[in-house]
Amino acid sequence: MDELKLYTYIAVFGSFALYFAIAWWSRAGSTEEFYAAGGGIGPVQNGMAIGADWMSAASFISMAGLIAFLGYGGSVFLMGWTGGYVLLAMLLAPYMRKHGKFTVPEFISDRYYSKTARVVAVICLIIASLTYIIGQMKGVGVAFSRFLEVDYGLGLAIGMIVVWVYAVLGGMKGITYTQIAQYCVLIFAYTVPAIFISLRLTGNPIPQLGLGSTLADGSGVYLLDKLDTIVTDLGFKEFTTDNMGGSLNMFAYTLSLMIGTAGLPHVIMRFFTVPSVKAARASAGYALVFIALLYTVAPAVGAMARLNFTQTVEPATGQQLEYAERPQWFKDWEATGLLAFEDKNQDGKIQYSANQQTNEMVTVDQDIMVLANPAIANLPNWVIALVAAGGLAAALSTAAGLLLAISSSVSHDLMKGVLTPDLTEKQELFAGRVVMTLSILVAGYLGLNPPGFAAGTVALAFGLAASSIFPALMMGIFIKKMSGTAAVSGMVAGIGVTMLYVFQHKGIMFIPGTEFLGDLPENWFFGISPNAFGAVGALVNFVVAIIVCKFTGPAPAEIQQLVENFRIPKGAGSAHNH
Amino acid sequence: MKSSSYWAENIRLIVICLVIWFVVSFGFGILLVEPLNEIRLGGYKLGFWFAQQGSIYTFVALIFWYSHKMNQLDKKYNLEEDEQGE
Repeated sequence: MDELKLYTYIAVFGSFALYFAIAWWSRAGSTEEFYAAGGGIGPVQNGMAIGADWMSAASFISMAGLIAFLGYGGSVFLMGWTGGYVLLAMLLAPYMRKHGKFTVPEFISDRYYSKTARVVAVICLIIASLTYIIGQMKGVGVAFSRFLEVDYGLGLAIGMIVVWVYAVLGGMKGITYTQIAQYCVLIFAYTVPAIFISLRLTGNPIPQLGLGSTLADGSGVYLLDKLDTIVTDLGFKEFTTDNMGGSLNMFAYTLSLMIGTAGLPHVIMRFFTVPSVKAARASAGYALVFIALLYTVAPAVGAMARLNFTQTVEPATGQQLEYAERPQWFKDWEATGLLAFEDKNQDGKIQYSANQQTNEMVTVDQDIMVLANPAIANLPNWVIALVAAGGLAAALSTAAGLLLAISSSVSHDLMKGVLTPDLTEKQELFAGRVVMTLSILVAGYLGLNPPGFAAGTVALAFGLAASSIFPALMMGIFIKKMSGTAAVSGMVAGIGVTMLYVFQHKGIMFIPGTEFLGDLPENWFFGISPNAFGAVGALVNFVVAIIVCKFTGPAPAEIQQLVENFRIPKGAGSAHNH
Repeated sequence: MKSSSYWAENIRLIVICLVIWFVVSFGFGILLVEPLNEIRLGGYKLGFWFAQQGSIYTFVALIFWYSHKMNQLDKKYNLEEDEQGE
């Protein structure tokens, strides 16, 4: 066994052993512990757990790669996935914590005095969460097969067993404590290579400052200026100004991601685990601190990876790399098919260019950037091993949080709330664990046989959360008179418009050939891409709900009293049952 | 009456915070990015810096400032929650 593989085994299995130990120590005994960790998690710990819950395989692996190739346009992900926490902290979290229930559908059903609203919320939640889990499970499979060279299916199975043990045993309590450990693993694994690379390129160990510094090669040129020059020389758009199809699209995209973030149930339900309203507000702040640690490093990782990569294939202007002299990491990734070279003019050299006719780097997958970065920069093997453990921590922690959101909405909202209200606490706890086990099996199956539309549905998850859940919650808190009928009409209209727009460009249920307007920028409404349309759906939701409320009359007096009550912190208990 | 003026003050705070939230991200980071890019912050163009760094730092500061002000407001109106016996 070579050194790298040995280190990787130690990092991966060492971290798994840690998660198991934590799960055993913090197993849940009651529904309150299972759904809301007994309401006893402090704001700093909760913030860290939210950070791990939020930062998925997509944040860890894909985001820096997206920024590397989108440049300035990649800012929509940075602002969109952090700005949502400002909305959460001010518009939703404290009031929902004060109301003191376990799940988002339960809040909706109390506020809108309607079981229909609860069922609609459960459906949105399950669609949004399941599509997310597929991505995490794929991430687990890929990490195992690339770094430990085990079969993709076996890697997936190991991941499923690990999540099963600590999520089913520990519920929210076990998941929260495990996520704290996973946060530490993933942030360490992300920042250490970034520090090394920043130090090597600019002499500054802090990546956020390194990105704005001059290069360490003695030329006195700023890193970003150098990057702009070399990518435009190859015919690509300038890195720092490439704006992803215009300001309006970026505006709508960012807004959709922000509202979607604030409306995702697996994030909101973390605020039910803290002991007080005050702690709920602070939790959002700490969560964003821990998230920002990774999100402000990501642009540096992206830009530096692009620079390193481009300078490897074209060390100086007009001087191209001989294909026969390509480095080892190049060969490793060629083997996976994620990097491919085709010698179009038969000169044995690599011509890399934005021109499709002459470009010889025919495949450069964005997702390899973070994983290949330490090797491209010639970092020691233990750093590469760390990245594998970090990627797994990111995928597993998010999967566990999503599984809990699904199981609580089925066992607590659908079974206890609507179908079989006379469930005892013990039965409900058992049902929660059974549902979670089933969800893991479904997620594993879908990870093994990913449906063709998996990539498209992640956008749909954000679109759904943005256009249905967020407006319903916000109006429930800020418009006292908002009635159940009006809110349900708004949700249906918001989802309807968003789905129609996504389907008309991407195909009905993502079936190829059924899109009646092609997925081309010319056909987009004001140039807004389908992924960015959730913001428009949310606007439709607000407008429809407010108009319907004007015509059908306000919510009953006792509901308005309920709203008055959760607007003030006084009188909050821990999250409780009916 | 007490709780309605508490709510009005809360709304005023939220509006202030969300205006700042909007200006640093959508304003400086997207709509005004071109003129701001004329100004440099070391190697960063300023608009680019707001989009990829500055807006995130501002978001963090906003949440802490808001929770600090709300804690003061809870005290002022005597609406703090009861101590938990856990």
